[in-house]
Amino acid sequence: MPTQEQNQKFIVPIGPQHPALKEPGHFEFTVDGEIVTAASVRLGYVHRGIEKGTEDRTWTQNVYLLERICGICSHVHVTAYVVAVEQLAKVQAPPRAEAIRTIVAELERIHSHMLWLGVAAHEGGFDSLFMYSWRDRETVMDILETISGNRVHYSANILGGVKFDIDDQKRDFILKGLEFLEERTNHYMKIVTTDETFLGRTRNIGTMTKEQAIELGAVGPTARASGVTIDIRDSAPYSAYKTFPVNVITDETGDLLARFVVRIKELLESYRLIREILDHMPEGELAARIPRRIPAGETIHRVEAPRGELFYYVKSGGGDKPERIKVRTPSLCNWSSVINFAVGHKLADMPMILAGIDPCFSCNDRLIKIRRANQSQVWTWEDLRLHGIEYYR
Amino acid sequence: MDMAVKTPSSPMQKVMDGLRAWARINSPWVIHYNSGSCNGCDIEILATLTPRYDLERFGVKLQGSPRHADVLIATGPVTRQSRERLLRIYEQMPDPKFVVAVGSCGLSGGVFHGCYNIVGSIDEVLPVSAYIPGCPPRPEAIIQGVVALLQSLKPQ
Repeated sequence: MPTQEQNQKFIVPIGPQHPALKEPGHFEFTVDGEIVTAASVRLGYVHRGIEKGTEDRTWTQNVYLLERICGICSHVHVTAYVVAVEQLAKVQAPPRAEAIRTIVAELERIHSHMLWLGVAAHEGGFDSLFMYSWRDRETVMDILETISGNRVHYSANILGGVKFDIDDQKRDFILKGLEFLEERTNHYMKIVTTDETFLGRTRNIGTMTKEQAIELGAVGPTARASGVTIDIRDSAPYSAYKTFPVNVITDETGDLLARFVVRIKELLESYRLIREILDHMPEGELAARIPRRIPAGETIHRVEAPRGELFYYVKSGGGDKPERIKVRTPSLCNWSSVINFAVGHKLADMPMILAGIDPCFSCNDRLIKIRRANQSQVWTWEDLRLHGIEYYR
Repeated sequence: MDMAVKTPSSPMQKVMDGLRAWARINSPWVIHYNSGSCNGCDIEILATLTPRYDLERFGVKLQGSPRHADVLIATGPVTRQSRERLLRIYEQMPDPKFVVAVGSCGLSGGVFHGCYNIVGSIDEVLPVSAYIPGCPPRPEAIIQGVVALLQSLKPQ
């Protein structure tokens, strides 16, 4: 009966365990034939309660907890936190420490973008690019391991400075690795912009205009691919970005191809920046002394994570533990854009569009409380815990 | 876990059991679930499948569906929300099945111990056959863990 068929909706559920992305997230796509007519996302599978957990740990312990918000962009999370705490304590990290922080942040951006390039190619069914980019990514993992001792959580930052130095030997190793990576990145640029089969999957897919990007609050490379000039390293420089400015990379088209191009160009920009900092390394101490109890006060700090703007709010009550830490991560800001421009595309394009914003679930699964008018309520640790137990019962 | 099939033993059955164990050890299919991890372990698991480490040379293949998988590689502490999912995935897997817990968080809750939304380690929810410590474990450690699990399955 035609009337009944018209009312019938066919919903394709995906996740939270699914072969495409390596992290849990649940999506529901309403489809009409092959075309997606509505999309929704359900997040929160990785919500661990870190923000509340920070209030139970000392300032130093929180360095290690906040690093583990995300395994891919662990360094920027700690940078944001550490600089905010330094602001509260009125301590300035030495210039050499800031330069090393920036080098590690850029190396992390390289590893994150190469990881994304592989995963996004994999979603498009281009597994050879996935394998090649992950093989080359091992070069930057080797660099990170050589300078810090660990492949993923580098623990470069401590309150007031950094933990390790970059000597001449390490410097030569970094430069040698970058040379190889630059050559490979140029090769990927050629593949992504000329390969016909790949262009068929990316050109004019998931297009977002500049107005839409601003309206939906997109950040990072996703927004820059739509022509929005937003980069915290440029608009509010911190650490060594004050002395070593970056060139903001934007593209006008706003489709998936633009997101690939912007991220690959950012890789090249990161190589340039690391070389420049290594050539002009400031001399001096690695860390400044910082008191165990941080003076009372509140502050914010913004950094540019590989996925976009990362925002930290830190409040101290004067004790050895923070009173409140609020994290606003880039992945959550970009979700609304995905859900909006997924509509009208084929179901087969969904993995590519989802991967296009470089989603990171462990970053974005946070509790959001909608503030109601005339109703103010302070949640204690115990309340929140009981709420969590009740909610998921 | 008991590998023996509960049927009357006959010479034919013995041959079949041996064949089954041989096939299982030489080509285990794995499924990966992140039950609350920070991603660090997940990217290292993915790195073990890529050219430098290449876990596939042991016949290990990453599978999408739990119904095709022999080994569940679980990472991270178990959050209250993903607990049900983890159990459901495990129940969907055909017997005999094995769980490998990867990373310090999967072993003990790690750095997230005491956060309000954490149930605890993976072995509080599922029976775990192999533990791989590290934050995150290096790809070599993950390979060694999987190979050790496969070795333990060999008939004595």
